[in-house]
Amino acid sequence: MRFVDEFRDADTAHALSAKITALCEPGRQYKLMEVCGGHTHTIYKHGLEDYLPEQITLVHGPGCPVCVIPMGRVDDAMALAAEPDVIMTSFGDMMRVPGSNGSFFDAKARGTDIRMVYSPLDSLKIARKNPDKRVVFMAIGFETTAPSTAMTVLRAAAEGLANFSIFCNHVTIVPAIKAILDSPDLRLDGFLGPGHVSTVIGCRPYEFIARDYGKPVVVAGFEPLDILQSIYMLMLQLSEGRSEVENQYSRVVPWNGNTVALRAIGETMELRPYFEWRGLGFISHSALGVREQYAAFDAERLFAVPGVRVADPKACQCGEVLKGVLKPWECKVFGTACTPETPIGTCMVSPEGACAAYYNYGRLTRQRVKEASQT
Amino acid sequence: MTADRGAGPAQAGPAQAGWVQEALRVHDEQEHGRRGSPQPAPGTVREDLVLERIDRARRSRPRIREERITMAHGAGGKATQTLIEAMFLDGFSNPLLQPLEDAARLEVSGARLALTTDSYVVSPLFFPGGNIGDLAVNGTVNDLSTSGASPLYLSAGFILEEGFEVRDLGKIVASMREAADAAGVQVVTGDTKVVERGKADGCYINTAGVGLISHDLDLGVASARPGDAIIVSGPIGDHGITIMLARGELDIEADVTSDTAPLNGLVAGLLAATPGVRALRDATRGGVATILNEIARSAGVGVLVRENDIPVRTEVRGASELLGIDPMYVACEGRLVAVTAPEAAGPALDALRAHPLGGAAAIIGQVTADPPGIVQLKTAFGGTRIVDLLVGDPLPRIC
Repeated sequence: MRFVDEFRDADTAHALSAKITALCEPGRQYKLMEVCGGHTHTIYKHGLEDYLPEQITLVHGPGCPVCVIPMGRVDDAMALAAEPDVIMTSFGDMMRVPGSNGSFFDAKARGTDIRMVYSPLDSLKIARKNPDKRVVFMAIGFETTAPSTAMTVLRAAAEGLANFSIFCNHVTIVPAIKAILDSPDLRLDGFLGPGHVSTVIGCRPYEFIARDYGKPVVVAGFEPLDILQSIYMLMLQLSEGRSEVENQYSRVVPWNGNTVALRAIGETMELRPYFEWRGLGFISHSALGVREQYAAFDAERLFAVPGVRVADPKACQCGEVLKGVLKPWECKVFGTACTPETPIGTCMVSPEGACAAYYNYGRLTRQRVKEASQT
Repeated sequence: MTADRGAGPAQAGPAQAGWVQEALRVHDEQEHGRRGSPQPAPGTVREDLVLERIDRARRSRPRIREERITMAHGAGGKATQTLIEAMFLDGFSNPLLQPLEDAARLEVSGARLALTTDSYVVSPLFFPGGNIGDLAVNGTVNDLSTSGASPLYLSAGFILEEGFEVRDLGKIVASMREAADAAGVQVVTGDTKVVERGKADGCYINTAGVGLISHDLDLGVASARPGDAIIVSGPIGDHGITIMLARGELDIEADVTSDTAPLNGLVAGLLAATPGVRALRDATRGGVATILNEIARSAGVGVLVRENDIPVRTEVRGASELLGIDPMYVACEGRLVAVTAPEAAGPALDALRAHPLGGAAAIIGQVTADPPGIVQLKTAFGGTRIVDLLVGDPLPRIC
């Protein structure tokens, strides 16, 4: 299939793999973080780690939009959904995220009107069709999905739609990366930059990572060869002692980002003073809320949102997994109490979550993989 | 922009969710219940020990944790399996039900019979390549066929919603008649119920069927052995993708039609060609991946399949890529998965390919001894990964 197969070619992968191995200094261990959950998913789905020498460890970062939503926000959303005449709409990934009283799926089974949509524009359609209902869109995601939410708010405003609002949970990636760089328990050698986020914000916001922290960044695409090539580019920088921001995904990511999208976000949303991240705690200026002039579309202003704070279950180590301090299997409840069908932590929910990706695709040691491929 | 972790009001919230506590309690029991088994020294918990722990957790008795039925219980993945095993198998417990094959095999006065039932709630009722009527006939014919039986008689039960158009019902019944004729079966008994508007989505159909088993093979996924070949009878995922697109919610247009078809002719040709067929399965809800997991689990073997050898139509692959779903989990309604002895693989493949429904049949992999219970996929990219049972519906990813 065109535009897919050429990015999954095994021969090219073997060649890249050899070049990567050749760049490894003997005795040195490399820890590279893929920031984005989409990368984590690709890595596991295609078995990409089989191509990497054992000296290179990929650390899964915080860029999974579902994984960073704290339990309290889920509870708030459920409280919203339970208000009279409300239809809550949500992306599919959000449906199974556990709050303190079950997930959206469980609430749906109890009779709450929660519907799965593929785009916020679908929520608008539902709002138009149900003028006597109040339709709320559970907006989640990084800068990748924020523009579509922003455009939807602008559309609703242009139409004068009075029964549509968003429960805004959009977060921004750079403060999270900074939080990880400042984290004392982690030593990373470089970053695979988030490709989709960068289509919106461009590559410049990462310059501080290279300049102030001396770590190379390569903005990477989502096909397996994109990731392998990006790892090669990181290794080349490391071997030459450089730390720069490079763009592997230039076929999609403009260096300066997408100004139309950024303008739409800026028009409708503003930075919140602080926001709680699952496992990472409160990070200042790390999330977006609806601007005052669009208050009519802000569920947090229209409804009495309880503002629930729920401590993460003690046994759950999502925070350490999100920061890359722990591998998924090192978490105490991984695969026993916390599984994809009964997730305790958010990392086990989304296919982009490090734990779910590892559980579903990667649950084999490298030794076993080697044995299996010989049969 | 500094990270002031913990600066916010992150005090302990209200009582933790009951089910979380319950899950953790079970976890602790399992951990502490292993007194006498060697405990790893602190700091040496290695990946394989963790994997063993997970294997034990997976083997433990299935329990339904939810208080209410959710959509996941009907999606054909893990939740469905748990519901069937913990509720129905437990409740009806008997040796004929135990194998959980597509149809039960019974002996009545010396005759070997297969009995099966299936309900159809597809939405939309009409879709490219078929409608709920031929689907309901073919589905039951196929459940009988893959049990090794020749389908004979079907029943049809209709649950109709007040307001449903008689003309549409007429079309559905005509399709059922055509499908029955094509498969050489008759609908010989039935039932009709009408419910108030809003209590059903137009028309639901249940069909049951009996068939005659006229050979001595004991087909079943539990008899898969290391070295056996795994074959699919044609391109996978056509039906599921057709239905998803026919709902019109995704604004994707592709030239795909449902593969709904009766498999009895195909199976008869296959069984006549070789005695080496060990198991047949109809790859419906949950797709080929679910069948492969049933093989691995029931027979206590590993399964290794190669992505490059799995036939998938370009349109289906394209739509799956766009939606972020894996065709391995997408339903088929006219495809089977066969497990055959190694030496039977060639003749089986030839027999399948000789039939119009099996022209694109392919050997997709092998049964292996290790690791038991696990399905592995050699990816087209050249890596290896697990193909596990699906949890819930295939949910498109958001970014």
